[in-house]
Amino acid sequence: MKKRRLVIRTIILLILGAAVVYSLYSNFAMDNKQKVAVNDTAPDFVLTDMQGNKHRLSDYRGQGVFLNFWGTWCPPCKKEMPYINNEYNQFKDQGVQVLSVDIQESELAVNKFIDRYELDFPVMIDSEKEVMTAYDVDQLPATFLIDKNGKVVKYYTGELTENMVRKFMEKIKP
Amino acid sequence: MEQVKCECGHVNPHGTVLCEACGKVLDEQEEKKSQLLDMRYEGSARRSQTYNKTIVDKIWNFFSSVKVGVWLIVLTLIASILGTILPQEMYINLPPEVYYEQEYGWFGKMYYQLGFHDLYGSWWYLLLIAMIGVSLVICSLDRVIPLYKALKAQRVTRNEGFLKRQRVFGTTSNFSDHDLKLVKEHLKAKRYQIREENGDLLAEKGRFSRWGPYVNHIGLIIFLFGGMLRFIPGMYVNEDLWVREGETALVPETGEQFYLKNNQFILQTYDKNKDKTFEEAIERAGQVVKNYQSNVELYQKKSESLPGEEPKLEKVKEYKVRVNHPLTFDGYSIFQSSYRSELNSMTFSLTNKQTNQSVGDLTISLVNPKSHYDLGNGYSVEIIEYFPDFEFDKNKEPSTKSRVPNNPAFVFRMISPEKPEGETSFVAIKQTIEPFGENTYKMSFKGIETKNVSGFTVRKDSSLWAIILGGIIFMIGVVQGAYWNHRRIWIQRKNGQVWIAAHTNKNWYGLKQEIEACIENTELNIPVDQLQAEKEEQEGA
Amino acid sequence: MAGLSSNLLFIAFILYLVSILFYGGSIKEKRANQGKRETNKWGKIAVSLTIIGFIAQLGYFITRWIAAKHAPVSNMFEFTTFFGMALVGAFIVIYFIYRTTLLGLFTMPVAILIIAYASMFPREITPLIPALQSYWLHIHVTTAAIGEAILAISFAAGLIYLVKGIDQSTRSKKTFWLEVIMFSLVAVLGFVAVSSIFSAADYHEEFSWVDKHDNEATLDYSMPALIGPHEGQLLTEGGLNPLVSVPAFINAKKLNTVVWSLIGGIVLYVIIRLVLRKRISAALQPLVKNIKLDFVDEISYRSVLIGFPVFTLGALIFAMIWAHMAWSRFWGWDPKEVWALITWLFYAAFLHLRLSKGWHGEKSAWLAVVGFVIIMFNLVAVNLVIAGLHSYAGS
Repeated sequence: MKKRRLVIRTIILLILGAAVVYSLYSNFAMDNKQKVAVNDTAPDFVLTDMQGNKHRLSDYRGQGVFLNFWGTWCPPCKKEMPYINNEYNQFKDQGVQVLSVDIQESELAVNKFIDRYELDFPVMIDSEKEVMTAYDVDQLPATFLIDKNGKVVKYYTGELTENMVRKFMEKIKP
Repeated sequence: MEQVKCECGHVNPHGTVLCEACGKVLDEQEEKKSQLLDMRYEGSARRSQTYNKTIVDKIWNFFSSVKVGVWLIVLTLIASILGTILPQEMYINLPPEVYYEQEYGWFGKMYYQLGFHDLYGSWWYLLLIAMIGVSLVICSLDRVIPLYKALKAQRVTRNEGFLKRQRVFGTTSNFSDHDLKLVKEHLKAKRYQIREENGDLLAEKGRFSRWGPYVNHIGLIIFLFGGMLRFIPGMYVNEDLWVREGETALVPETGEQFYLKNNQFILQTYDKNKDKTFEEAIERAGQVVKNYQSNVELYQKKSESLPGEEPKLEKVKEYKVRVNHPLTFDGYSIFQSSYRSELNSMTFSLTNKQTNQSVGDLTISLVNPKSHYDLGNGYSVEIIEYFPDFEFDKNKEPSTKSRVPNNPAFVFRMISPEKPEGETSFVAIKQTIEPFGENTYKMSFKGIETKNVSGFTVRKDSSLWAIILGGIIFMIGVVQGAYWNHRRIWIQRKNGQVWIAAHTNKNWYGLKQEIEACIENTELNIPVDQLQAEKEEQEGA
Repeated sequence: MAGLSSNLLFIAFILYLVSILFYGGSIKEKRANQGKRETNKWGKIAVSLTIIGFIAQLGYFITRWIAAKHAPVSNMFEFTTFFGMALVGAFIVIYFIYRTTLLGLFTMPVAILIIAYASMFPREITPLIPALQSYWLHIHVTTAAIGEAILAISFAAGLIYLVKGIDQSTRSKKTFWLEVIMFSLVAVLGFVAVSSIFSAADYHEEFSWVDKHDNEATLDYSMPALIGPHEGQLLTEGGLNPLVSVPAFINAKKLNTVVWSLIGGIVLYVIIRLVLRKRISAALQPLVKNIKLDFVDEISYRSVLIGFPVFTLGALIFAMIWAHMAWSRFWGWDPKEVWALITWLFYAAFLHLRLSKGWHGEKSAWLAVVGFVIIMFNLVAVNLVIAGLHSYAGS
């Protein structure tokens, strides 16, 4: 009788406690949830670059992909672009591809930007914000590192230094 | 922990104050206390009070206490007040670290630093609510079971001490059986359930109102459970969606399935000439909005396509989204929540400064400008730089704050037969700079075209059923407990007299009136409200 | 239609006012035929006047509804008036349960003060902004007001309890706080009086001032400025130069109105004290001599029991349904919503204290008073001071 009471009480308290802990945890975790997390397969997409070439992410299986989301108006993007370009030229023969996705800007603005910074890697415009939505990007710049198997290795938001860019590319080199 | 056997033969659980069957006072302490019985929970054994051994029992007892429950309510109440002193984070349109200090000085800064800017989302507020939930479950369980058992076990014939110590009590020596029969009929007419035993009578009604509090607690628990469901991924979607007129956008969180096309945004205001009744009010307010509406088309993707690929879309429906009239589909609702007006295009005229003659107009789309505009006859304009949201950055360089054309600025190269290499001119709203000396031509501003952008809220709330169910059950419970009373009238023969005792969980006035009506036209004496008699004695003295 | 509507409201107001005299008479008379539950002649007249007044006000409500083509509960004037009407209605219902005219003597002045307070707001018929264009608005607001009105009856009963139950022969904390309640009621009268006087005199003065975003703006005062705006510059000739000015994030105009109301209240209160030569609550004590404490306690508790479910339904459940339709979420922590929750939590605590902790009698009466203070705070302060989605445009 006494035993049963204790067991029932313990079970009820455990259920309630679990519900409370779960709520608190989720409330906390909700602020920094991530749609595309490390080790997930990077969502596939197709975008056309400024030269009119189509780039499909899954076509780059076997290579590492440095996927960068940016905008011409964002100051840290402006800073890191030359670094990415330098390293791109170092790593492009070692199987690292840079795909740079501009968020919903005019072709004019993007082309002017490419000219000014003399960018060599393919730049594409996500005019419907579909790729941005698929990757749940809310702050720019945002960088996803995707390995040769199409898995996300790292997700980074914020400005990159040249050193970081190099390390990142090293990381996904096949 | 033995059980207690009453002299009437009923076996009561340990801790029982009043015998469940006959009502005899079992607890010595209670016996001595006062003249009237404390009838709360029928004097049944509240489990929590009786066992207090293990840590589990201690936690259980903590949450079972009404005192703790009331404290939790009061703390939540105070916390809630604190959150209304200044606007919460979701109602401000600046970063909170800037807003509070800027608007409310040191007080605002302190408010922000204490975390009160997001008080209702804070872990400790959530914890308070959660503890109320736990308290609801345990309090209810702890009381409803003993109460149910006690009410079920009650017998008709009651212990003398029990009757005497009821608040409403009276005796009559001279009575006839006819009187009792009459009373019984009256009681029946008033829809009392009547049980009889050896000439004793128990009339009872509205027992179900005793379950009201527990029913409403169940409702609240379901409601809180519904609130908790939101934390499960996918159960709750709440996203903003901005769509420019004429454009189609992906509806977020729908698994890339639905697209929304915004055909037109409509803003209507009241017209004081047409709506005569409101004339004065409109004059006072200046302008009153009558309608915010977006005429939209909803599309569903028909074939699999990757993000970035042109999807094949099929129209699902057309709808006029207005405030209070959301577009609903597939568990989602799209609400009209705001709008803004964006610049869409600018028109300039290439003008000879000296003669003030225009050689041609050009309209530049601010969303997707071209780089060359040929005006014929050797005149053309080239855009060298475009800043949709122009500002001078930290290094005093012209730059753009965002991609939205809030404050467009251009660097133009104007090519004319006179100046085939072109002249450079920087043009922003209300200013023109000619960086390389005096130009022959200028870009004179001719006009601006705006486009509306509708702001929608996309919402899916799969926990709504629990919220609704909880609300309904709560209302049933609270009405059941508040609008009905549990009344019992004992009419018993003791020592050759008729004793009438009565108890109700509330509304004694109504009970007394009912008794008076029932014993009308009989010899029986009207029972007295002993509590009132006692008070009057005190007040008189 | 609109004209007829205002006339009906005025008639109702006068009838309520006159009824108070008769309620007073019915109490006086009762001393002669003690002990009987029947209402005497004075009392019958008083209740009849109340009912006729209520019907007149119902007429106001219906005719205004017809004129506006929406239920007149959409601005501060309309809502507060409706609340006053609901209070009278709730009193009539409770009267027919308990048949005590004393309750009328305490309820009607409160109802009158509320209606008078309401009429200090702009009275013209306002068009509905899109969010308010929903029949749920009418259901939500009316039910909430009725619930609050029934709860307010428990305040009136609690007040009777305190006036009778508290020993006035010596000064104590209790007599002080009871007197604070009385003073607050007088201060509302002060506000009405001061506002009426200045609006009758058509007083205006204008300021240029600097708001919290450092923008220059002009501000129109309808009362002489004791409290001036931030860096205010008086523009009207012959206007009163403010005694003090406040920082930009405080609404100087509203604060000025509050100060004037307090001054009006204090003046009135001092006059009343000079006439009575004792505390207001002490002066009221003889009126409540014949009522039983237990009886008013029960009325007070019963009102809470009747009002609480109605309040929950109107102020929380219907509110959530409407909020879900209009703002896409059923709960958004808007100050008005939170204050409805606070009210609800308060009465929940009240019921628990009463049921389980045995807080009857005086404690319960104090709680009823505090509950009413919270309701009034929600009605007055939250609308006017704490800005949110609900704030109606008021002065």
